[in-house]
Amino acid sequence: MDTVNFHILWTVALFILFIAIIIWAWSSKRKEEFDELANLPLDEEKFANQVEENTSGRKYNA
Amino acid sequence: MQETYNYKVVRQFSIMTVVWGIVGMLVGVIIASQLAWPALNFDIPWLTFSRLRPLHTNAVIFAFGGSALFATSYYIVQRTCHAKLFAPALAAFTFWGWQLVIVLAAVTLPLGYTTSKEYAELEWPIDILLTVVWVSYAIVFFGTIVKRKVKHIYVANWFLGSFILTVAVLHLGNSAALPVSLMGMKSYSAYAGVQDAMVQWWYGHNAVGFFLTAGFLGMMYYFMPKAAGRPVYSYRLSVVHFWALAFTYIWAGPHHLMYTALPDWTQSLGMVMSLILLAPSWGGMINGIMTLSGAWDKLRTDPILKFLVVAISFYGMSTFEGPMMAIKTVNALSHYTDWTIGHVHAGALGWVAMISIGSMYFLIPRLFGKTEMYSVRLIETHFWISTLGVVLYIASMWISGVMQGLMWRATNADGTLTYSFIESVAAMHPFYVTRTLGGLVFFSGMLLMAYNVWKTIKADDASPVDAIIPEPAH
Repeated sequence: MDTVNFHILWTVALFILFIAIIIWAWSSKRKEEFDELANLPLDEEKFANQVEENTSGRKYNA
Repeated sequence: MQETYNYKVVRQFSIMTVVWGIVGMLVGVIIASQLAWPALNFDIPWLTFSRLRPLHTNAVIFAFGGSALFATSYYIVQRTCHAKLFAPALAAFTFWGWQLVIVLAAVTLPLGYTTSKEYAELEWPIDILLTVVWVSYAIVFFGTIVKRKVKHIYVANWFLGSFILTVAVLHLGNSAALPVSLMGMKSYSAYAGVQDAMVQWWYGHNAVGFFLTAGFLGMMYYFMPKAAGRPVYSYRLSVVHFWALAFTYIWAGPHHLMYTALPDWTQSLGMVMSLILLAPSWGGMINGIMTLSGAWDKLRTDPILKFLVVAISFYGMSTFEGPMMAIKTVNALSHYTDWTIGHVHAGALGWVAMISIGSMYFLIPRLFGKTEMYSVRLIETHFWISTLGVVLYIASMWISGVMQGLMWRATNADGTLTYSFIESVAAMHPFYVTRTLGGLVFFSGMLLMAYNVWKTIKADDASPVDAIIPEPAH
């Protein structure tokens, strides 16, 4: 495959990836989670209280 | 004892944002005066427009804007990750290293050392230092992301992270050069001819896209909700906004090279991608402004919100104007005229400076154990001064630019030019005076800010305080 064809395929692949991101972000499943995450800078106590030690010792919210 | 955030480096960069804002804008006022009254270069080589102009652009973009980005990104990444800054010694190094780069720029540019690449004028030894500082910045920022205690990476951090990563790639790509000697400052670009021009504007426009846009959008996505007391209007729109900018901006560079030796298809591609950029830009603008929906009344009383909302409005205006100017037929009129300078300052003063100023007024009191600046009324005054300054500046440059373009292309019936070049220069004079006045007005607002900041941090009840990192209640 020559360079030009590689660039064409790469561009098309990135375009498809971008469309996939839009579909992912706009799916109704994400809505509730996103609405909650939007409060991250505002409700600091709430997000701190979601922190739990997981098995690896790393702290993540539940 | 409870663990606290690292605010020291945030405080340092915040104070220097105000200092470099004053210095950079003062140089801007000086060179604007030189254009209106050329005798003001006093026939001293170091004070000529050609040497002070890159000093002005470097000072306002990298010293003022850069310090604002360092300060806010270090603050935002800690506050939204609930984690103290990674590698505090390296963070301190980024502060002193960045200041050193600025001082070296302020010395070498007036002396005439330049690569002549716009916004990348610094010669190779300073470029190497800049690379070391930038890599350290990336380590501190992404290190803090890695040690975060909140699972989700808040959208502002995505914008700030892409700004840090892309600027690293741009700087390394465009500054690739071969020094003439190891002891000298002179170097030659690794690229030649039209490839050099294309690499330069791939760098140049993405410096606009990622340094001056993505970085400051990170600021918007944190400080706008904080100041409004409401979450961002649409979080999923912010996610799409981010990816759309990331996928599109990188293509827009060729619009700086219309009607040049650049292949025609590349010019057309740059034009089309610049037009497409309107969509994500306006999506982001609407997202920022609509964050205030349901709380519009706050605009009446809170001058910080006025700064932020007007900044986002200017973002919308200049991201509409930019795509229009990228249309080849419009560019045929606008290119090489003052219209471009007006467009740049709608973005630089209206968007970048005003979002930074608003964010600093929110941030600075909180870094010194206070909730408000010394004088809210002075913020209000600063807001109106800034707005007046921007309007004077861009309106005069629009009129001057369109007039210039029309005069240059005007021909008589026999095909000869209607105007000589010097006639267009003479016609620009009143607008150059108005522009100087606009710049002076905007600059005077920065002095007011410096006074307000000084009174805030020197108040009896003010002291450098690092906030406590929220811990889960057991």
